[in-house]
Amino acid sequence: MSPFPFPNAATELAGKVDWLFLGLILISTFYMALIFGPMIYFLFKYRRGKKADRSSIRIHTWKVEVVWTVIPFLMMMGLFGWAADLYYQIERPPADALEAFVVGKQWMWKLQHAEGNREINELHLPLGQTIKLTMTSEDVIHSFFIPAFRIKQDVVPGRYVTEWFRPAKIGTYHLFCAEYCGSDHSLMGGNVIVMKPEDYAAWLVAGAPRDNLAAAGERLFRDLGCSGCHVGSSVMRAPRLEGVYGGPVPLASGDVAIADDQYIRDCILLPASQRVAGYSPLMPTFQGRVSEEQIIQLIAYIRSLASKRPPEEMNK
Amino acid sequence: MNPIEIQTVQVQPETENYLSAAHTVRSWLLTTDHKRIGLLYLFSILIFFAVAAVAAALMRGELLRPHGAFLLNETYNKLFTLHGVLMVWFFLIPSIPAVLGNFVIPLMIGARDVAFPRLNLLSWHLFMLGGAFVLYSIIVGGVDTGWTFYTPFSSTYSNTHVILMAAGIFIAGFASILTGLNFIITIHTMRLSGMTWFRMPLFLWSMYSTSLILILATPVLAITLALMAMERIWHIGIFDPKLGGDPILFQHLFWFYSHPAVYIMILPGMGVVSELISCFSRKEIFGYAWVAMASVAIAVLGFLVWGHHMFVSSQSIYAGMVFSVLSYLVAVPSAIKVFNWTATLYRGSISFEAPMLYALSFIGLFTIGGLTGLFLAALAVDVHVTDTYFVVAHFHYIMVGGMVTGFMGGLHFWWPKITGRLYPEKLAQLAALIIFAGFNLTFFPQFIMGYLGMPRRYHNYAPEFQIYHILSTAGASILGIGYLLPLIYLVWSLRHGKIAGANPWKASGLEWETSSPPPVHNFDTPPQLPDKPYDYHPEADSE
Amino acid sequence: MSESPAWLREQFDSPEQQQEASRLGIWAFLATEIMFFGGLFVGYIVYRHAYPHAFAASSRHTNILYGTINTAILLTSSLSMALAVHAAERGETKRLVKNTLFTVLLATAFLGVKALEYAEDFREGLVPGPGFSLQGGKGEELFFYFYWAMTGLHAIHVLIGIGLLSTIAVMAARNRFSAQYHNPVEVAGLYWHFVDIVWIYLYPLLYLIGRHL
Repeated sequence: MSPFPFPNAATELAGKVDWLFLGLILISTFYMALIFGPMIYFLFKYRRGKKADRSSIRIHTWKVEVVWTVIPFLMMMGLFGWAADLYYQIERPPADALEAFVVGKQWMWKLQHAEGNREINELHLPLGQTIKLTMTSEDVIHSFFIPAFRIKQDVVPGRYVTEWFRPAKIGTYHLFCAEYCGSDHSLMGGNVIVMKPEDYAAWLVAGAPRDNLAAAGERLFRDLGCSGCHVGSSVMRAPRLEGVYGGPVPLASGDVAIADDQYIRDCILLPASQRVAGYSPLMPTFQGRVSEEQIIQLIAYIRSLASKRPPEEMNK
Repeated sequence: MNPIEIQTVQVQPETENYLSAAHTVRSWLLTTDHKRIGLLYLFSILIFFAVAAVAAALMRGELLRPHGAFLLNETYNKLFTLHGVLMVWFFLIPSIPAVLGNFVIPLMIGARDVAFPRLNLLSWHLFMLGGAFVLYSIIVGGVDTGWTFYTPFSSTYSNTHVILMAAGIFIAGFASILTGLNFIITIHTMRLSGMTWFRMPLFLWSMYSTSLILILATPVLAITLALMAMERIWHIGIFDPKLGGDPILFQHLFWFYSHPAVYIMILPGMGVVSELISCFSRKEIFGYAWVAMASVAIAVLGFLVWGHHMFVSSQSIYAGMVFSVLSYLVAVPSAIKVFNWTATLYRGSISFEAPMLYALSFIGLFTIGGLTGLFLAALAVDVHVTDTYFVVAHFHYIMVGGMVTGFMGGLHFWWPKITGRLYPEKLAQLAALIIFAGFNLTFFPQFIMGYLGMPRRYHNYAPEFQIYHILSTAGASILGIGYLLPLIYLVWSLRHGKIAGANPWKASGLEWETSSPPPVHNFDTPPQLPDKPYDYHPEADSE
Repeated sequence: MSESPAWLREQFDSPEQQQEASRLGIWAFLATEIMFFGGLFVGYIVYRHAYPHAFAASSRHTNILYGTINTAILLTSSLSMALAVHAAERGETKRLVKNTLFTVLLATAFLGVKALEYAEDFREGLVPGPGFSLQGGKGEELFFYFYWAMTGLHAIHVLIGIGLLSTIAVMAARNRFSAQYHNPVEVAGLYWHFVDIVWIYLYPLLYLIGRHL
């Protein structure tokens, strides 16, 4: 997988990054030889007082210049292409990924599995399974860095970012925060633990919470009073949420938004900026009343409604 | 009779020059003489360098043990912040431009002074005012945001004296702008008649390109720091997501300045290297026009690559790809320069005085630093190594291995001109070698531990990295000794160094056509333009 | 060396060199000013793109009468400054002084109108922060953040311009300029035109978006 015996490359993509790194090392060594070799040779051959031919060169120097401009340029473009292609794979999660959610805050990582299991500073993972992390920060910018997977993603407050991987090796690997975030930045880390799928399943069950994420979100939905407006024939008219996730939402401003994680989060925290067409601006903001993890649970619940239809439609 | 070295002009110590013309404090603090202003800057930047170097020493000491040795987390964070702020804005950016540039540029073009001498003086006073703010912010408790001041940590969460320090940098920024402005106008309008653009020494091309960046990029830093400070004071967000703002906007604005800034911190060094390589190989620089144009290309392209500091910031991956390809492009003119310097050595007549050792050192260390830039421009690799020690090693290779080495080379080269004295050559050569060795031991292990996953700005770290930190600290101790030596012997040489003549190096360049130290108005007799910028004849030295 | 005029500074070889230097100098300085304001413009563009309707709605709360009056004032002041430079080129000291002073007067009027406008904005709760009165969401507060920052920075430049131009007027009244030497007037004129041009950009961006005729 990887040309290096160390550090542990624990995913296939990590191995590819190591190959690219090795390629860069070889190209660099080549250039260093090309430059330092002649340089050292000239320093010896032409040192002052040593007899040597020092007459002026009778060549068109511009030809030399063009050669050593064009060839490095082409090599640069080659390197760019190789790296950009790999980067595209690193940044684009496959569709079949299992999801987990990360909230960073000063100075810890809070993780939630889709099944509802929660962890602090640790992430248990099943071998061979594609995992996509959706992440946000409660406060400042952090960065979720797993050296063994050769990936890192800045975790930014106010938005969701994603990172994905498919662990290919059992083991325990470092998890570090890689964006300076204050006093205990260097203590904000932990472990990523890759287990055999059956061990992971057992671990999930052993730590099983009452609800998975979507069920927890449904409970919150009721407890916070969201259902008061968004469900049934209530007095306050609010958009129904069945079938909404992932689809287009016509806004009062005339624009059309896509109901993704970021959109739903903005609706909860900044409702005035996301007013849906045909509705009055009555939704209160929940800023300060829900934590980032609770928002993730609510989003999971709304996502679980994506394939459903509102009751009125179903009765047609 | 004082011993006289191989030169053509005899100098009696009693000849009035810019140093002996007046001795009062006032004559220094209110001088408009570019040479004195250069020395004022030299004195000031050494003080800032010393403070920042002490911070580095403390950090490297602390990092000997994985869980810290004697510092609190908060103190460590304040140390790396002050190290970055002082080294970038109060040492590196002024170093060659404000010290050597101020001193040498008017001499090199055959002028009496820069275009705006009073603005030059103002520039130094603003620099000192800015420095005072920054030192004060350190004394009253320091700042813990890192020199990059990322929001919302700096604008909302940090409990330290961010605004004081930002104000100091803001003020010092205007000093940079004035210096750059002066150099652009001076080089444009005050060259000796007959010295066309392509008959200028390459140092001037580098300084001109640097000055373009100084005047166009620095104002963006100023407004960015002002916005960050305003957010801090009034809690209205343009960078705070809780108020609808975007923390990544800060990064774009900040790096739009700070990337070109790193070219401010290398182009002057490259300019010095061109002068040194040609003088100490007795040969004109190979491919003069290409090297000149490469300086301009670096300055222009340098404005287009800021996003390569933000590949994992949540910036769009397509933006990342654009910045990556442009970053590879900007590597090409730097490579052209390295090839041309190496080719200059061919059929030259090479000697190994300290300035040449520094120039060769520059080529070696800058090549390594520059090649590791290719690693960082590679998107997939950068995802892994950004925010690790790999980046720290990369930029220290360029800034210390490159720029500071270039500064040391230039300082030694022009020392006889500035002071009228020669430094002790053998000791200087020894110091250059110690610096080279110490530097590599300090920073090469950092590439390795960076790839292994050691994050930067870490006070505590995983035990498997300790061996690299120990090597690095050992190297830093040697490096420290290496830098102390010139401090000692250069000061010693002011009193006890051999008297230098007008041109101890037999170098080409108008600055060498006047006495050492020069008279107040630079030239007692009008200088004569040589046939070409590097009027060297290596074949004459063949026997 | 033959008679060099009193105003020739010792670092320059000739009057032409000094004049070329000062002209190039002011243009280079104005380039830095463009970059300085540029940061604010970039921020404005980013947030207008993010909150187009909030920006348009907020823009309707600016006082377009004051804004338009100020635009007229500044445009006229650029005219009077251009006439001042023109007079300087001809060595017509009286016209130079009159036009410069008139420019200063207009600049002061600009600041006066601005003061009235700021006072009104303050009363209406248009200052971002706890007292902000508009309820349309974060985009509106951001708009006004830029409004105050950009017009404030511009006003500081107008104030500096008043100082600069007053100095020019005094120097001119003391017969320091002539048809041969009036560089400082040109330099001040260019600065003033720049200040005007910045306003020409600010006016539509702050006052006119969302206001359809």
